[in-house]
Amino acid sequence: MLKLNKRDTMLFVIVTAMVFLAPFLLNPFPQGSSMAQMFNAGYPDLMQRFVIFGILVIGFNILFGLTGYLSFGHAAFLGIGSYSAVWMFKLLSMNIIPALILSMIVAGIFSLVIGYVSLRRSGIYFSILTLAFAQMSYNLAYSVLGNPSSNYNLTNGETGLQLALNDPRVLDGAAAANGALPVTKLFGLAMRDSYNLNVGGWLFTFNVGYYVAGILMLISFYISIRIFRSPFGMMLRAVKSNQQRMNYTGLNTKPYTLAAFVISGMYAGLAGGLLSSMDPLAGAERMHWTASGEIVIMAILGGVGTLIGPIVGAGFNEYFKNILSKINDGVLHQWLSFLPDGLENFIVGILHYFVGKGWHLTLGLLFMMVIIFLPGGLVEGGQRLAKMFKRKKTDDGSDSNNTPAE
Amino acid sequence: MDQILLQILNGLDKGSAYALIALGLTLIFGTLGVVNFAHGALFMIGAFCAVTLQRILNISTVTTDPTKTDFLGNPATIKTPVVETWFGPEMGASIIDWSVPLAILFAIPIMAAVGFIMERGLIKHFYKRPHADQILVTFGLAIVLQEVIKAFYGANPIPTPAPEAFRGSFDFGTYLGYEANAIIYPYWRMVYFAFSAVIIAAVFAFLQFTTFGMVVRAGMADRETVGLLGINIDKRFTIMFAIAACVAGLAGVMYAPINSPNYHMGMDFLVLSFVVVVVGGMGSLPGAVLAGFMLGILEAFASMNQVKAIFPGIDQIIIYLVAIIIILTRPRGLMGRRGVMEE
Amino acid sequence: MGILEVKNVGKRFGGLQALGDVNLSVAENSVHAIIGPNGAGKSTLLNCLVGKLIPDTGSVMFDGQSVLGRKPFEINQMGISRVFQTPEIFGDLSVLENMLIPCFAKRDGAFHLSAFKNMLDDKEIIDRAQHMLEEMKMADKHGMNAASLSRGDKRRLEIGMCLSQEPRLLLLDEPTAGMARADTNNTIDLLKQISDERDITIAIIEHDMHVVFSLAERITVLAQGTPLVEDTPDNIKGHPKVREAYLGETQDAA
Repeated sequence: MLKLNKRDTMLFVIVTAMVFLAPFLLNPFPQGSSMAQMFNAGYPDLMQRFVIFGILVIGFNILFGLTGYLSFGHAAFLGIGSYSAVWMFKLLSMNIIPALILSMIVAGIFSLVIGYVSLRRSGIYFSILTLAFAQMSYNLAYSVLGNPSSNYNLTNGETGLQLALNDPRVLDGAAAANGALPVTKLFGLAMRDSYNLNVGGWLFTFNVGYYVAGILMLISFYISIRIFRSPFGMMLRAVKSNQQRMNYTGLNTKPYTLAAFVISGMYAGLAGGLLSSMDPLAGAERMHWTASGEIVIMAILGGVGTLIGPIVGAGFNEYFKNILSKINDGVLHQWLSFLPDGLENFIVGILHYFVGKGWHLTLGLLFMMVIIFLPGGLVEGGQRLAKMFKRKKTDDGSDSNNTPAE
Repeated sequence: MDQILLQILNGLDKGSAYALIALGLTLIFGTLGVVNFAHGALFMIGAFCAVTLQRILNISTVTTDPTKTDFLGNPATIKTPVVETWFGPEMGASIIDWSVPLAILFAIPIMAAVGFIMERGLIKHFYKRPHADQILVTFGLAIVLQEVIKAFYGANPIPTPAPEAFRGSFDFGTYLGYEANAIIYPYWRMVYFAFSAVIIAAVFAFLQFTTFGMVVRAGMADRETVGLLGINIDKRFTIMFAIAACVAGLAGVMYAPINSPNYHMGMDFLVLSFVVVVVGGMGSLPGAVLAGFMLGILEAFASMNQVKAIFPGIDQIIIYLVAIIIILTRPRGLMGRRGVMEE
Repeated sequence: MGILEVKNVGKRFGGLQALGDVNLSVAENSVHAIIGPNGAGKSTLLNCLVGKLIPDTGSVMFDGQSVLGRKPFEINQMGISRVFQTPEIFGDLSVLENMLIPCFAKRDGAFHLSAFKNMLDDKEIIDRAQHMLEEMKMADKHGMNAASLSRGDKRRLEIGMCLSQEPRLLLLDEPTAGMARADTNNTIDLLKQISDERDITIAIIEHDMHVVFSLAERITVLAQGTPLVEDTPDNIKGHPKVREAYLGETQDAA
């Protein structure tokens, strides 16, 4: 099906099903219950982030996972995509299609230039070059290009670029006559519209924006599978494995890596454009180098160089960020109320630093653990577990068709 | 002319900080071959050593003075710092006043311990792993360290004043025949510059004139051969890591009055320090120092209004621009050895 | 006129004259060995041929075209393949994929963006790679990770990868260095077979005299950056200059 082999088709079907059923899967607990407050993640904002960051990390993985070039400046393309999309909403139309196209084109141009220069070096120099370019973009977006009084205020600095009533919006300027800011839409469908389904105590929300982003993520995912299985993908893996042999096999590594860089930059641009499509406000903080670091973290958490890893990593990161930041001392006390008081207070006192506002700490530790003990990320962890169970069951251990890049 | 002097002076203190951090980074990269993204965090921990000492010195016994009342009518409370009861009010007050310089003594053992634990506990296991893994694990560590600091000290910058005697500014210009107030320079920045010069000189002297330093330099040049000579290079490298941590930490301690410590100051300095290392040349100690001061001064010049009028925003990107040009045209940096990390 | 003509090539590293004035002509379809003691400049010469180094003086012509100033991948596309001292293969990839890459490089050139084709649908390339694996007697190992192959197999794979490009000149840099006797003999047999069955020129840099005298039709002896003599193996064996250059290293150089 779709020119994919059996395993990849299975994977794609599973991911597709999960994307479409996410409003159910992410809301396992009835509305209003305490478990729902904590663990339900089926609200539009969070679900949108799952799939949008999924796109971002899928793209990053095409570069880092296949070629091994560690870019520490990918957030720049995300930010550039966001700004481009908002400009499109301001100048042309609230329809997201031109916005997304422009995001990808602009991010593609930037990544072509930055990649062309950065790829002249490899290893840590490449990382530092991308870092330098990204910080330059961030600083410019924050200062000169964001100064409202200057002639080239492209980013609106600290406030962030946002819509205004007097924007030209050439194609659909009349729509904003009622004095309210227009909303982003795909032809007639507004991104923020949702359909709520009440079943018993459960409330399921089906959000237009989520499904648009979700379908785009599936397309991105499909393209990434095709790239992984193509000669081009193999060449990229060969670059990571042995550049010397590549050169002496008559292959020019530069255009291969540059193509990978531009593709992943365009993925990031698309993700940025989608972020703006869901909420038309673009700020420079999206481009800061620590944001680039977070992209790397998501990729590593999931599993670099695997197909499903980026989606797992992005989902895991966003989900735990969400849960951990919601847990506070009160919740901890409630959970641990079965313990003797002294012990309960002691444990809560310790855990206090890891939840709520301390979620960064937990994710940082988790990230370190993964790099130290599980370089293949959660996907590798899952595979190891699966293998253990398999071995226990069959005890012959003959799974020889275990191809890499699950 | 006075403008030029002023900008050079302005560049010196930032340049000093860049140079000190880059020096530590280079020591670690040169000896251990590890790209340490947690080095900025060490700088930040140093700054918080100053904060901590200041807080410790301000621990007070609280007594109530029944003869006076505060505006609510309650008996007024008087806080007496413990050091004042120990050393007498005057001596105690000046100890508190001098808490930042005193924090140097406080920070050395702490930073050495932090460095030691970091190297033995984590970095050691990453010598053989690719640079990308080293970058990632130390980046993770940097996040963890900064979050720990944030958990204990909060997210806001904590003002940490310099001693009273250094709080003013020095009117440089009048000595050189310029008008009054043409070149004003805060005393503490001069102290910072002198301090960093001393530290840099000490590190170089240590490497140049001690047997230990000689072995380390030999190890930087050719680790395997030194290992073959039967010298336990690993142990020395651990000590070097601790020293590098101290250098970064002390840079942080003394920087606290210039820029109130906050938990993300490490990350802010890290990227620039890496750029400094690359410009100076990976693994070159003099290169790191030279590039640190050079880029600090360059940044100061770029932030002059006259320059900004011609190239808007140049002050924000000048350092990166220089780094990109250097990496592309001369990958071994200003003073790097040929063949070290050149590809 | 040989297929490879090296004229007056010199290369200097700082104060060291690595290559003095090298002239060399390799005849088409011959096996030509370049020998010499350590530091004679063999590797420098080889690097000048494949584009890794650019000589300071002189010219290197391959099949009437200059290779100087071209990048390694361009020189490879001209028809020169190189086998390294320690096998350079794609360790993270499967044996079959290792073989596919040179096949793609041969057919599609130095860069070809085919991001949406399924690699395994390309029957022509797959057949070619599998055929080559069979020829190298490695067909049964096609699914293995190349890094997990034995040293001898890695060498065979590397040679096979080079051959699948159908090069006109095959350069080998001490192909048996560090190999056990049995593996060395296997490699000699393989190279002999290649030379007999194909229209291919082989230039080999070697330390091991056993290998050199079993394979070479002509031998150039390099010492201190300049060619000492060039002759047939039989004449080289007894040559006084060669003995002098090696100082008795000749027989036990394994």
